[in-house]
Amino acid sequence: MAGNDNILSVENLRVRFHTLDGMVEAVKGINMYVKPGETVAVVGESGSGKSQTMMAAMRLLASNGEATGTIAYRGANLLTLTKSELNEVRGRKITMIFQEPMTSLDPLYTIGNQLMEPIMRHRKVGAEEARKEAVKVLKLVRIPEPERRMKSYPYEMSGGQRQRVMIAMAIANDPDLLIADEPTTALDVTIQAEILNLMADLRKRLGMSMIFITHDLNIVRRIADRVYVMKLGEVVEEGETRAIFANPKHPYTKALLAAEPTGHKEPVPKTAPTMLDGTDMRVTFKIGGGFLAGDPIYLKAVDRVSVKLRRGQTIGIVGESGSGKSTLARALLRMVPSEGAIHFDGRNIEKFDTQQMRPLRKQLQIVFQDPFGSLSPRLTSGQIVTEGLLVHEPSITSKERDRRAAQAFTEVGLDPANRNRYPHEFSGGQRQRIAIARAIILKPKVVVLDEPTSALDRQVQKQIVDLLRDLQQAHNLSYLFISHDLAVVRAMADHIMVMKDGRMVEQGSPEEIFDHPHEEYTKRLMAAAFADHAVA
Amino acid sequence: MLRYVFRRLLTAIPTLFVIVTISFFLIRVAPGGPFNQERGLNPVIKANLERQFGLDQPLWMQYLHYLNNLLHGNFGPSYNLPDFTVAELFKVGLPVSIQVGASALILALIIGTVLGVIAALRQNKGADYAVIATATAGSTVPTFVIAPIYQLIFATTLALVPVATWGGGALVNKIGPIITLALPQIAIVARLMRGSMIEALRSHHIRTARALGLSDWSIIVKHALRGALLPIVSYSGPAAAALLTGSIIVETIFQIPGVGRYFVEAALNRDYTLVMGTVVVIALFTILFNLIVDILYAAVDPRVRYD
Repeated sequence: MAGNDNILSVENLRVRFHTLDGMVEAVKGINMYVKPGETVAVVGESGSGKSQTMMAAMRLLASNGEATGTIAYRGANLLTLTKSELNEVRGRKITMIFQEPMTSLDPLYTIGNQLMEPIMRHRKVGAEEARKEAVKVLKLVRIPEPERRMKSYPYEMSGGQRQRVMIAMAIANDPDLLIADEPTTALDVTIQAEILNLMADLRKRLGMSMIFITHDLNIVRRIADRVYVMKLGEVVEEGETRAIFANPKHPYTKALLAAEPTGHKEPVPKTAPTMLDGTDMRVTFKIGGGFLAGDPIYLKAVDRVSVKLRRGQTIGIVGESGSGKSTLARALLRMVPSEGAIHFDGRNIEKFDTQQMRPLRKQLQIVFQDPFGSLSPRLTSGQIVTEGLLVHEPSITSKERDRRAAQAFTEVGLDPANRNRYPHEFSGGQRQRIAIARAIILKPKVVVLDEPTSALDRQVQKQIVDLLRDLQQAHNLSYLFISHDLAVVRAMADHIMVMKDGRMVEQGSPEEIFDHPHEEYTKRLMAAAFADHAVA
Repeated sequence: MLRYVFRRLLTAIPTLFVIVTISFFLIRVAPGGPFNQERGLNPVIKANLERQFGLDQPLWMQYLHYLNNLLHGNFGPSYNLPDFTVAELFKVGLPVSIQVGASALILALIIGTVLGVIAALRQNKGADYAVIATATAGSTVPTFVIAPIYQLIFATTLALVPVATWGGGALVNKIGPIITLALPQIAIVARLMRGSMIEALRSHHIRTARALGLSDWSIIVKHALRGALLPIVSYSGPAAAALLTGSIIVETIFQIPGVGRYFVEAALNRDYTLVMGTVVVIALFTILFNLIVDILYAAVDPRVRYD
């Protein structure tokens, strides 16, 4: 099947890493090929080896990594080229863009300088000509005012714009193959859609091939001609995109497809008591100011938003980064200073100080996005889960505390026998379960879920969503569910608020918001998230 | 930018005022005075001396008097070296200390940076271990050990340089003190540089540069080194203030007429005005070099802006 007209053919590739625990094999003898003009997607969850395969092709493996087998570019094995031969291919014939647009550009040089460098190096042209070329490429990736932008530094640009610059650097020398490693994962949905459209358009226009590494099946469906599904270092299934989606053969592929969040939450009765009620909430941040430093700037992070959360209800708050959705939730829990009345369980808590808030904290819990950063690495998972009990129920015995911990572990689907382990011994999904256990052990009434599933793979995400649903049923919890992932919100929430620039744009039932949005912004958001047919 | 410099210099005034005030009263809390000697001075002579220098007045009067003099640039006379004013002592000694200190600093920055970069590029290989071992040794062996060893080898045994003399500041006399001062600094700079360079080489934008097929020279010097220099820039501010104001150990061992020894000697002798003069000079240097560092920072990193 690997004919000679392939741009890239990977044969029996193995990637190993020498670690303190011995040899770890990340890629276990895989085969792959890419034909001219083709877009190939490599799908898999974290640890599947999809990125390491491409890092091996670019010879960018970490220093303890080692690749064997063949990765041939037009017949030449990239793994055995000398460094100078390799650098004739990298950046000229094969280029790569990465997941982290915020850090992938050098912060100390202008966009122009960074764009011109590879052009001058590979085409052996002078600065003047390279500058003209650079402006041309910036136009091609649709950066407004390219002449002016040449003088900008990366920190002066948004994530989406930086990713456009990355793409510009990658296509500047008219490559045969562009490898894109999760290029849109870190971006908001609307920007994501723009970048995907841009890449599909550029691929056609420049006639290059593209390898798209992703865990997002929506993107695969939109952009790829062929798909490789990877799991634990092996290719478990490959084929035409249409065929794989219509008729998956391998159980893992089926599981991946089934992991799209589904379900629907019935609205709570109108008579359900109000748990948390914020009226005309405002949060203003002060930037700058101080001794001889001029006037400060005031930023309205939340601007007159009202929220009414009933018992057993899940309100989904959606919006892009910077829309104020997290700040609103934190203000409601009195974690950031705000203006506007807040009633919890019938009491006005707007003016409560730290002392007065403390007994209420137990009923107002929060679960954060980052399951790695939000658990103390120095405490065992059992200690983390019971820490709140020490404050709120200091009188109970350590034996009772331990019993409650075991109970909470069981409730979130963790083995209670593991409660003496430390957070780093758990996977991302398990850590998020620990964070949830820490919240529910206090028997809260309201739980804020701040992007609780965004850092997780789809399959794990689905399990966490199911867990949260079960817990809500069992304890009649009220959730404020913050997310930019509209598919998850649709499955979880019975009322949805759309936020933009600190204001609430629109709110309503999931059916209203998803199927019949009124506002222009909501429509755009939905189009970006659910346009699941190929653009190219 | 100019406005920023002006603002920083303005804020230096209250800082200096606080330092002067605290030091003035602290040194007075220490028992004894400039004219208490082991043999004991004739009480009449002592009283006369104290009257001459105004030490018989109430402390707050002396303080106001000192502040007033300081505002007019008058550091007062030295009590223990009565032929000189404090200003005269610094006029002679400071250039000597600055010469030796600045040479040591420049030497340390150049050698330390180069060693650190080499170690980072050969991470966990022979060259790296050699640099780290030397650097650790360099920062643990004290100067009062390095200096005699230098004298023993180069002056006594090989007779290439004099043991200890200033002699108008001939280059051959300065080598010893400069090396002695520079060695521990080389060690510190090399270790700092190694760490920040390793981190820089791991950063995402270096991965981008490699993926674009850029040359090793461009990757290392243009894209990694510039950012990695920032910690060195921060370190060099306080280091410059410390080195340029002299070192008592090096100045004593090599018989250098600098100002480093004044701080200790003056404090021991309760030479109040000389102590205060030294405090003011060191404070001024510290403030000045920190300002220079902040300006350099903006030159290296475009994200840093002052207005």
